[in-house]
Amino acid sequence: MIDVDRLTKRYGDVAAVRDVTFRCEPGTVTGFLGPNGAGKSTTMRMICGLTPPSSGSATVRGVPYRRIANPGRHVGVLLDPAAQHAGRTGREVLALTAQVTGMPKERAGELLALVGLSEKAAGRRVGGYSLGMRQRLGLAQALVGDPAVLILDEPANGLDPEGIHWMRGLLRGFADRGGTVLLSSHLLLEVEAVADRFVVIAGGRVAARGTKQELLAAPDRTVVRALDPGRLEEALAAAGLRYSARAEGGLAVEAGAEVVGRAAASSGAVLLELRASGGGLEELFLSLTADAAAPAPAPEGALR
Amino acid sequence: MTAVLTAPPRPTLGRLTAVELRKMVDTRAGRWLLVLIALSAVAMMPVVLYAAPADEQSLGQLFAASQIGVSLLLPVLGIMSVTSEWSQRTALATFTLVPERSRILTAKLLGGACLAGAFVAAGIAVGFLGRVAGAALGRSTGSWSLPLPVAGTMLLFAVIMVSMGVAFGMLFMNPPLAIVLYFLLPTLWTTLGQMVPRLEGPARWLDTNRALDTLTDPGVTATEWARIATSLAVWLLVPLAAGTVRLVRREVK
Repeated sequence: MIDVDRLTKRYGDVAAVRDVTFRCEPGTVTGFLGPNGAGKSTTMRMICGLTPPSSGSATVRGVPYRRIANPGRHVGVLLDPAAQHAGRTGREVLALTAQVTGMPKERAGELLALVGLSEKAAGRRVGGYSLGMRQRLGLAQALVGDPAVLILDEPANGLDPEGIHWMRGLLRGFADRGGTVLLSSHLLLEVEAVADRFVVIAGGRVAARGTKQELLAAPDRTVVRALDPGRLEEALAAAGLRYSARAEGGLAVEAGAEVVGRAAASSGAVLLELRASGGGLEELFLSLTADAAAPAPAPEGALR
Repeated sequence: MTAVLTAPPRPTLGRLTAVELRKMVDTRAGRWLLVLIALSAVAMMPVVLYAAPADEQSLGQLFAASQIGVSLLLPVLGIMSVTSEWSQRTALATFTLVPERSRILTAKLLGGACLAGAFVAAGIAVGFLGRVAGAALGRSTGSWSLPLPVAGTMLLFAVIMVSMGVAFGMLFMNPPLAIVLYFLLPTLWTTLGQMVPRLEGPARWLDTNRALDTLTDPGVTATEWARIATSLAVWLLVPLAAGTVRLVRREVK
C-alpha cells in the first residue's frame, strides 16, 4: 500500500510537484501517467525518501519509507535502469542486492531466470547492456527482496513489444497475488492494458485519478455534422445545448447523441454524421495533459 | 508518524561493510587499481635491493618501501568508492536499500580500513620475500626483525590515508575533481609553507605530508603526534564532517 498525501516539491520558485495526493491499494496496479517533466519521477523519489519533499508526506505500508528497517524486503524500486555501475556484471548487481537485503545467495540466479537474462548476459558487464536488458536487470533487482510493493519509473522504456507484454504479465501476476504496483509512463498505451487505476499528472498537479470507468464517465459529448450547419446550430441553440466547432468539421456538442438527434429532427436538419465523441482514455489523457503549461484545476469530484 | 517497520531487521554494520568492501573490488576499475597497488609494492623491492646500502636492507625498510605506492594509490580507491556512487549513479540503489546514509559512509570507511589492513599485511609478506631474495642474492645484511610499533604506525598511516580519500570523495562527489584536489591541496599547502616564511610555523602543524611522514619513520615523538592530530583535524575531519552533511542532504537522482 502506498499513501501519498499532498506531496509538494519546490525548486526555488518553481514547483515541480504540487499537492499530489493518491493511494495505491494492495492487489492493484496503478498507472502513473503524465507527459515528460510532469513531476512523475520527482514524486516517486519523494515516496522513496531520496528527495526531501517541501511539504506533504508519503508512506509505504503505513510507514514513511526512510523508517522501514530493511526497505528492500518490503518495496521493490526501479527508478532508473541506467543507474548501474558500468563495470559490474549483471549477476554481481543482484548478488550485492541480495547481500544487503539479507536474501540467500541463490536469489540472483532465480531472478535472472525470471526476467529472462541468460547466464552469458549475466556474466557480462552492465556497460554493454541494451536499455531493454537494463530494464530487466533493474526489475530483477527490485524483486530480489521479495517485496509486497513495487515502484517502477517508466519500466517499459526500451523494451520491445514482446518485452512489454512479458512485463505486463509479470506485474499483473504480482498484483493478483496481493501486491501493490505503482508504475509510471508517459505513454498511455504502455500501461492501459495492465493498470486498474490511473493517476494522471500534468504540470506537477494531479489532473485526474480513478479507475478507467470512472475516468471515462466524463459528461457525454457528441460529434454531429449536418448538410446545413446553420440550421443545426439554430436548433442546438434553441434546445439550450452548448456546442463548439471542430477543426475537422462538424460540431462537438455537450450532450448525448439522442438529445442532439432529437434537436436536429425537430428542426428538420439533415444529419450526415452523429456519434459519441472520444477515442477513449487516450483522448482524455491528451486533453488532460495538453495544457500542462497552464494546468486547469483538477476535475476532482467524479474522478476520485 | 511514529510507525516503524522493524522486521526484517536492518542490515548490520558488518554486513554493510562487507558489501562496501565487495563494491570496491568487484568492478573492472576497482580490480585494476588493486592490481596496480599490489604491483607498486612489489616493484619497490628491486629498487631497495639494488639502490640501498646492504646494511639498510632490513625487513622493516623493505616493508616501509612496499607501502610507498600503497599510501599513494589506496586513497584513490577510497575516493572512487564514494564518487562512483554519483558518477555511476549507483547511489540511487544504495540509498534506496539503506536510507540511513551515514551508515553507508561508516561502512565505506570501515571497508577502506579493511583494505588498508590487507595491504599492510601483504606489504609485510612482500617485504619478507624481498628480504629472502636479498639474502639469496647476497645483497642484504639488514635486520630480519619488524618492530611491532613500526607495523602499527604504518597501519595507522594507511587507514588515515584511505579515510582521507573517502572524506575528499564525499566532499567533492566527482571523481576527477576529488582525485586532483586530494593530491593538489595538501601539496599546495606544503609548497606554500616552504615558500612563505611567515607560514613556516603553522605549516608544520597543518601539513599532512610532513606530519604524516613521521609515521613512516620509527619512533614518533609526542610533538609529532600532536602535529599529526592537528593536521588530520584539518585535512581529514573537516572534509569528513562537511562531506557527511553534503551526503546526507543531497537529493539522489
